[in-house]
Amino acid sequence: MKILTNWLRAYLPPLPVDDAQLAEDLTLRGIAVEGIYDLGTGNGSLYEMDITTNRVDAMNHYGIAREAAAIYGVALLPLNTELPKHSPSAKDFSVKIEAEDACGRFTARVLRNITIGDSRDWFPGAEVDTYFKLLEQKKISNAVDATNFAWLAMGQPTHAFDLDKIEGGIIVRRARKGEKLKTLDGIERTLDPEDLVVADHAKPLALAGVMGGWDTMITPDTKNVLVEAAWFEPMAVRRTARRHGLHTDASHRFERGADFAAAPVASAIVSGILLANGGFIEGDLVDVRVPAMEARTAARKPVALALSEVRRILGTTIDKDGITAATVENVLTALGCSLAAQGAHDAAWQVTLPSWRLDIEREIDLIEEVARVYGYNRFANTLPAFGGGVTALPWAQAESAVRDTLRAAGFHEAIASTFCSAAEAALTAPQPGQSVPLGNPLSEEAGMLRPSLVPGMLSMIAGNLHRDVSDVRLFELGTVFSGTTEKVDERPALAFGAVGSLPQQSPLHPARLIEFHDLKGVVEQLLARFQTRAVYFDRFPPEAGLMPAWLHPYRAARVTAEGATVGWFGQLHPAEAAARKLKDPVLVGELYVDRLYKLPLRKPAAREISRFQPVRRDFSLILDESLTWEVIDQTLAALQIPELVEWRVREVFRDKRIGARDYSLLLGVTFQASDRTLREEELQSFHAQVVAAVGKTGARLRT
Amino acid sequence: MTNEPIPNLVAFDEAALDQAFAALERQARDGASALSSPEAVEAFRLQWLGRKQGLLKDVSDRWLKAASPAAKKPVGERFKVLKALVETLLDAALGAGPSDAALAAEAIDITLPGTRRLTGAEHPITRTLNEIVSVFAALGYSIGVGPEVETDFYNFECMNFPPGHPARDTQDTLVVAGQERRAQRDRLLLRTHTSPVQMRTMEQQPPPVRIVIPGKVHRNDAQDATHSPIFHQVEGLCVDTNITFSDLKGTLDHAMKALFGSSVKTRFFPSFFPFTEPSADVQISCIFCGGKGCRKCKHSGWIELLGCGMVDPAVFAFAAEKQPAYDPKKISGFAFGMGVERIAMMKYGISEIGQFYAGDMRFLSQFA
Ligand SMILES: [Zn+2]
Repeated sequence: MKILTNWLRAYLPPLPVDDAQLAEDLTLRGIAVEGIYDLGTGNGSLYEMDITTNRVDAMNHYGIAREAAAIYGVALLPLNTELPKHSPSAKDFSVKIEAEDACGRFTARVLRNITIGDSRDWFPGAEVDTYFKLLEQKKISNAVDATNFAWLAMGQPTHAFDLDKIEGGIIVRRARKGEKLKTLDGIERTLDPEDLVVADHAKPLALAGVMGGWDTMITPDTKNVLVEAAWFEPMAVRRTARRHGLHTDASHRFERGADFAAAPVASAIVSGILLANGGFIEGDLVDVRVPAMEARTAARKPVALALSEVRRILGTTIDKDGITAATVENVLTALGCSLAAQGAHDAAWQVTLPSWRLDIEREIDLIEEVARVYGYNRFANTLPAFGGGVTALPWAQAESAVRDTLRAAGFHEAIASTFCSAAEAALTAPQPGQSVPLGNPLSEEAGMLRPSLVPGMLSMIAGNLHRDVSDVRLFELGTVFSGTTEKVDERPALAFGAVGSLPQQSPLHPARLIEFHDLKGVVEQLLARFQTRAVYFDRFPPEAGLMPAWLHPYRAARVTAEGATVGWFGQLHPAEAAARKLKDPVLVGELYVDRLYKLPLRKPAAREISRFQPVRRDFSLILDESLTWEVIDQTLAALQIPELVEWRVREVFRDKRIGARDYSLLLGVTFQASDRTLREEELQSFHAQVVAAVGKTGARLRT
Repeated sequence: MTNEPIPNLVAFDEAALDQAFAALERQARDGASALSSPEAVEAFRLQWLGRKQGLLKDVSDRWLKAASPAAKKPVGERFKVLKALVETLLDAALGAGPSDAALAAEAIDITLPGTRRLTGAEHPITRTLNEIVSVFAALGYSIGVGPEVETDFYNFECMNFPPGHPARDTQDTLVVAGQERRAQRDRLLLRTHTSPVQMRTMEQQPPPVRIVIPGKVHRNDAQDATHSPIFHQVEGLCVDTNITFSDLKGTLDHAMKALFGSSVKTRFFPSFFPFTEPSADVQISCIFCGGKGCRKCKHSGWIELLGCGMVDPAVFAFAAEKQPAYDPKKISGFAFGMGVERIAMMKYGISEIGQFYAGDMRFLSQFA
């Protein structure tokens, strides 16, 4: 919004400040001047202003002048509403408000013998030409410019009709079903029975408070004019404007509450300007009011205000005296309130509210006005008293354990879009069909609430590879959504993805591509942060239909902890990789961390470390392809030899020379006792037990 | 190797002691002169200094302990000298070690880059969120959280945005499909701010309340350099008896100093939010130019950083439906909110908001 300081100052006695200081003083009181432009000698400045939506009253020159008057404690000059004497009319122009719930006031003034023409500076206080030039406001005709002038001066929308096109009189009513109206923008509109219209006795003339009609608009041939200045109910205007996709200056103001008392004033300003080019007024101003609406606006009940309440809410000031009864009285009076003292013990008032400040309704609104005009920065910086200890979220520690583990494993944290496409949702939803669409998505690719973090992870991985970043390690902790459009469930989830070489790259050591077991190690480390007795990795034959469709059916695993599925990970399904043009194998996984967070974090505990020499033995085994490590692992566990303290795969080796369906596995075992050095006979016995047990699985000892 | 046990001393007079210790010294020197390999040095060390069977331990056990109180001192002095000699001989033997030529053959190029293990980076948003949250935790604020999909009631109505109110226009909302048939307040949408958690917390808990609410929010905004449909907020709420506007000022002034440095100044401007009254925008003195004016602060010396205000009594009235203790005549409170992306962009010199959500390794690595 643009404001001329010359115009604004015309409503005030000389101010003791220049335009820059005025701008700062206004800004500190919430009437924000965003930019100041010098218009040259004698022309003052132009302010670019940003007024908050609650202060429609200050979106015009007079409204801002009122704020300045309050700040500097000077008297605001009244608007000039003087008009030439009107000639009598045989009969008052007929105005009827039928829609009393939507129109509170309608004034109509008949001007005859008007000459439509160019605008100029008509008289002091009506410098249309000068002000419009400085504002770069296009001049159209004296009739249109007059309504624009009143709008810019005081923020009251008005409308000028070609009186000769009006049949009978004015009726403010709801539209009739199927009625049509061509509005000023040239669009022929079919009206809704909820639309509020200004009509004559035959037809709708204008969308009330939104836009005038084409057929009754002022033309160069117009001789007689009807000036409308009205008060329309905010919701009625808002609904009408919304239905027709219109947002005009007038609708903006009426939607936020216009000044009930302003209609006759604006009517006088418009009429005065039009009459400066000739013509005369016929009859009295016709002014129809709805008492119930007046009681809600211009004639509201006073609001009680107590100084003690002002102080309870606002607190301590820098100035010793702080906010006194005089402060309250001065500020509110300058803003247009009238205060009647009330109460003997404490300073208290009954405050009558100004008609232009519909945003002020309650005691707290008055307290805000006092603080605002007094100056926010004149309040002290104090701190509240201690209010009790801090409680942590139940999963806070678990979440940071997950974050720390992944970061230590070399994964960067990422944040992806909350949305995905319908196809991605169908591919990754843990429960088929349980995905929630948006009603007004940003794009088709973002049409669904993500049921999984996997789509976002894949698109971030693809983004990196397409930018020629070949080593990617990412994780995301975020919310996933399931359910229906009736009830949406949210759960926290963790996704991780990796592609490229192992991070231990060095010119001295060969790099290798990251593979399934690297990621499995990360998952194991993650789960090791929690107190779990049973962590289990398994997979299902493809026909079981349990494996997520985005995973390679033979290179992926389900993770279970304490019997519950906590997630899936593995290599991205080659078909999905191809669809995304990803050449290197992509490893990706998702954990349902809400299930993990139910487990307690593992508490470290120290155990006695044996002082006695451990003995290590290696067994070179030949196994059939179908014999998995898990079988060997469980067999050794089942031996339950306390001195068998560790066993692990030291190497897996495949070679045609071993056999087409066979592979070799180097098993390393460690024997150690906590209380003695193991004797040779004992070791021999353990050795024999291991060989026998492994033999039972079908593994052969290599010789 | 086992040592010949040393003989017991028969006399403790000076001459006898000198003779006995001189013999040991000779033995040590002779032994040390013959050392030619690291293994031999180690054997020598064990022979003399071995904790169980070393000769010096033997001397200590047999001579020093057996000495009469009067002889303890002369024996002790000579023992110390012997021990120092053995240690010196050992040091010299160790120092000899392999030849320089042998060592030179093992040279490496120490100018090759070190082998680094990748350390994962904290996301700059997480990092900034944590910084903000910990500043308020130190002031006694617990963390509050709530759902990202909210009802119209929690996102708007109870935050004093009545249905049809123009203030709703300022927050373009992404909505869940198929809500048209439902009552307005039950309609599901993506929360446009973290404010709903204020109400959810107050419904659960009578005053006093001090919470800080970090979270992801969404708006139906087109993406540009500084706007994104996805962003994060930290919101705070403090409710108690006697909470004042000056407490709000002091709290935020303290928090901004804690976040941006103790020389930062704050100033407060009247603003408008439906859920607070009085409402304020807070500016901090420019952290780049210290308030002198620069490009980053558009030459104003100030940067706008957060919105805040005293909790509107209408919001308390909604809370009082479930927790009658939220009587606006008896309690009061303040709320504040800030955009995390904006703060992170400022702190780390990030120019495109979209970088936060792209998962670009090159961008994220900078925060490791
Ligand atoms: Zn600056």
